[in-house]
Amino acid sequence: MELTINGSAHQVDVEPDTPLLWVLRDTLGMTGTKYGCGVAQCGACTVLIDGQATRSCVTSVDSVAGMAITTIEAIEQDAEGRKVVEAWVANQVPQCGYCQSGQVMAATALLKQTPHPNEDDIADAMMNLCRCGTYNAISAAVRQAAQA
Amino acid sequence: MNDMTPIRDRSTRSEDGPLNVSRRGFLGGAAALVLSVTIPVRRARAQATAAVAAGTRVNAFLEIRPDSTVLFRSAFIEGGQGVFTAMAQIVGEELDVDPTQFVVEGAPPGPDYLLTGGGRFTGGSMSVRMSYDTMRKLGASARQMLLKAAATRLGVPISELSTEPGRVMHTASGRAVPYGDIADAAAELPVPADVVLRSPDSFRWIGKPVPRLDVREKSTGRAQYAIDLTVEGMLHAAVQHSPRLGGEPGALANEPEVQAMPGVHSIHRLPGAVAVLANSWWRARRAVEALQVTWTEPAANTAHAMPADFSSDVHKEMLKTTPGEGIVFEQEGDAASALAGAARVIEATYDAPYLVHGQLEPPSAMARWNKDGTLELWIPNQAPEMFQADAAKVAGIETGKVIVHSPMLGGFFGRHFLYQTANPFPQAIVLAKAAGRPVKLIWSREEEFLRDTLRPMGAVRFRAGLDAAGLPIALDAVAVGEGPTGRWFGRQPHKVDGSAVEGIAGKVYAIPNRRVAQIHVDDPAIIGFWRSVGHSMNDFFYETFFDEMAEAGRQDPYELRLRLLADSPRHSNLLRAVADLSGGWKRGPFTAKDGTRRARGVAMASPFGSEVATIAEVSLRDGGVVVHDVWVAIDPGSIVNPAIIEAQVNSAVALGLSSALLEEVVYVDGMPQARNFDGYPILPPDRMPRVNVRIVESGAPMGGVGEPGLPGVPPAVVNAASVLTGERIRSLPLSKLDLKGLEG
Repeated sequence: MELTINGSAHQVDVEPDTPLLWVLRDTLGMTGTKYGCGVAQCGACTVLIDGQATRSCVTSVDSVAGMAITTIEAIEQDAEGRKVVEAWVANQVPQCGYCQSGQVMAATALLKQTPHPNEDDIADAMMNLCRCGTYNAISAAVRQAAQA
Repeated sequence: MNDMTPIRDRSTRSEDGPLNVSRRGFLGGAAALVLSVTIPVRRARAQATAAVAAGTRVNAFLEIRPDSTVLFRSAFIEGGQGVFTAMAQIVGEELDVDPTQFVVEGAPPGPDYLLTGGGRFTGGSMSVRMSYDTMRKLGASARQMLLKAAATRLGVPISELSTEPGRVMHTASGRAVPYGDIADAAAELPVPADVVLRSPDSFRWIGKPVPRLDVREKSTGRAQYAIDLTVEGMLHAAVQHSPRLGGEPGALANEPEVQAMPGVHSIHRLPGAVAVLANSWWRARRAVEALQVTWTEPAANTAHAMPADFSSDVHKEMLKTTPGEGIVFEQEGDAASALAGAARVIEATYDAPYLVHGQLEPPSAMARWNKDGTLELWIPNQAPEMFQADAAKVAGIETGKVIVHSPMLGGFFGRHFLYQTANPFPQAIVLAKAAGRPVKLIWSREEEFLRDTLRPMGAVRFRAGLDAAGLPIALDAVAVGEGPTGRWFGRQPHKVDGSAVEGIAGKVYAIPNRRVAQIHVDDPAIIGFWRSVGHSMNDFFYETFFDEMAEAGRQDPYELRLRLLADSPRHSNLLRAVADLSGGWKRGPFTAKDGTRRARGVAMASPFGSEVATIAEVSLRDGGVVVHDVWVAIDPGSIVNPAIIEAQVNSAVALGLSSALLEEVVYVDGMPQARNFDGYPILPPDRMPRVNVRIVESGAPMGGVGEPGLPGVPPAVVNAASVLTGERIRSLPLSKLDLKGLEG
């Protein structure tokens, strides 16, 4: 099966229903995308599929063949992604940091679709869990990235 | 770990002598170790040592590299609390190196790093307060050695030299020597016996909101946690545990079929679990979950076996109704007589549920047996030496042959202490041995919900006596349950475990007759330390009962607190500070600009050497509690990084609120009902309140930061909610209550 990840083609030999998350992490060694719950509750595994924030732990790999998969590893090669990362750094968002790959991906997807989000847009898009409670810093960073 | 752990006051410490803290009954056996600040060992020596005997310790903290950046080995593990940055600030201040030039990593096991009262763990909000003086002196000693090496290099008296960040200056000749140029020579010099520390009024980094060192790598997915690591040739492992602790794997009905599943390497029986090794974790997980296992009932007298009929609801009722007056932990005056003579007596019983840690990184362990007989482990942990010693027992080798790597933690909140049955590393060690290959084991979130240690369930019975004026003159509190410190570090049958009563004991209000006692009841669950430990529930119990006393005596809860703190300026100032931060105390109910009916609640706590005052503003909506704002005034005495403190308070507010609103582990028939976050909701983004923090530096001995922001949150929220509901709420979480019809 061929996957297009961060603009590059990758051949993978896995069961077609393998979650994309584990193909990224184990087969391809791209560990920036995190496993948190495996049941689409926490969002730590968020990647972009054709620009849409998607929870890779419940996305079978065969369902995304031929689509553009973007992971945190390529985040700084993306115009919105760069803005988000800079806003994350400026607002000192991460604490333990484990959920932040997914948070940055969710924010990037939001800004791609809604360059000037209002508070409701932000609340609707930024639903990933953070056990460290960095939520206020996250929303401040998203607002800042939207203005950058 | 709990805040009753004895900590010698910094003021009693000799400026130059080693920190030598005795720890009563805490890390039995490890007591009386002398801690020392030792030499920065240069790279060459470190490598030489490693070459002589793999797995022996690199006896040093600092390595100044040729480019003058600094590798610092931290005794404390970074898990989001910002301790790596704090260490760089403290050491950098005295060493005269900008903290941004530091690379910090968790130190390996070794006697150099036993900085927490004779042992080593990252917890109890102890890291900075217990190592602050020692780490400053370490930085100053290294600077002194660099100056001496530079004097030799330049052929000038040391008195003509000074430093600026990263280099030694000889002003008279205009010459400068980068630290990196003289690091090796400096490392050969003896550690000076005496060093002069910087005057605090000249601090450039300590006390300043220095940016965290790890933020960019954590914002770009480059930070690596234990779960992300790999070694060559490794197999992936997944496990299925006995649904009830104590059960052992019997027949495996479909073993051949599972063995034939894609990528499966082997199937293993472990104590209380089965495991599959495969060439990817997903394949291992899928296979192990396909295994049809018959679990045997535990043999009689199996330690910590979970009773097949265990029910958390039944246990809670049992705690609430266990008779007796308990063993006294704290006493002043004569509570019994004062209660007998009181104009009015009120009574209430409170309870709080089991909680999981819910750190987002699932536990993992990677183990590799090396050809030289050493065992190498990459394991999330808060106590490397304790894990090393335990791993050696599991492996059947000498402690010195276990090499422990302690990666960044994806959250911990008390999860990664050494807990029998709750750490994956013993399984990884056994599996790697059996397979003859390195193994990385990950527990799925579902297995984590099954085997995480729980914040203990607790119940407290209060009785208070009021005088004719409505002021409290007596308070009697009996806590029922078990504390985690006694569980893991030994409990003396006739003494109270401080972790069971902290937050009921140690309160600061001037109530003349007080008795705090505990009735020990074994907790059938595997209990552990959870952020702010006993305070996480006990301050909720006490501070909400406080409002019951106020109400019974027709006192405003804020004014009554101020009155009972009249003789304690530190606390009354802090209480006024939080009121001021919130725009002035108002209890409500009042109508907010958006038309909602709101109220505020206040609470105080004295956890982990710091003092905290908290106010929360809430309304009711759809039968639930909405928290709009939380104001926190925190007095840690003196501080290192105000930005990190503010972040930690935000974090503690989120976790405290999550516990107050949502969290409860329920056991039925000896099994937890929730096995993932769908059945155990944690605070989502849309329930996060605004948080305002004021840091007060009273100059008292330095207190903790990571945990103290938590305990005040549940009582402040519940006190506010009770104003709106008109009824006292004595049990958590609030999501159990249906407050419909009370919104207004």
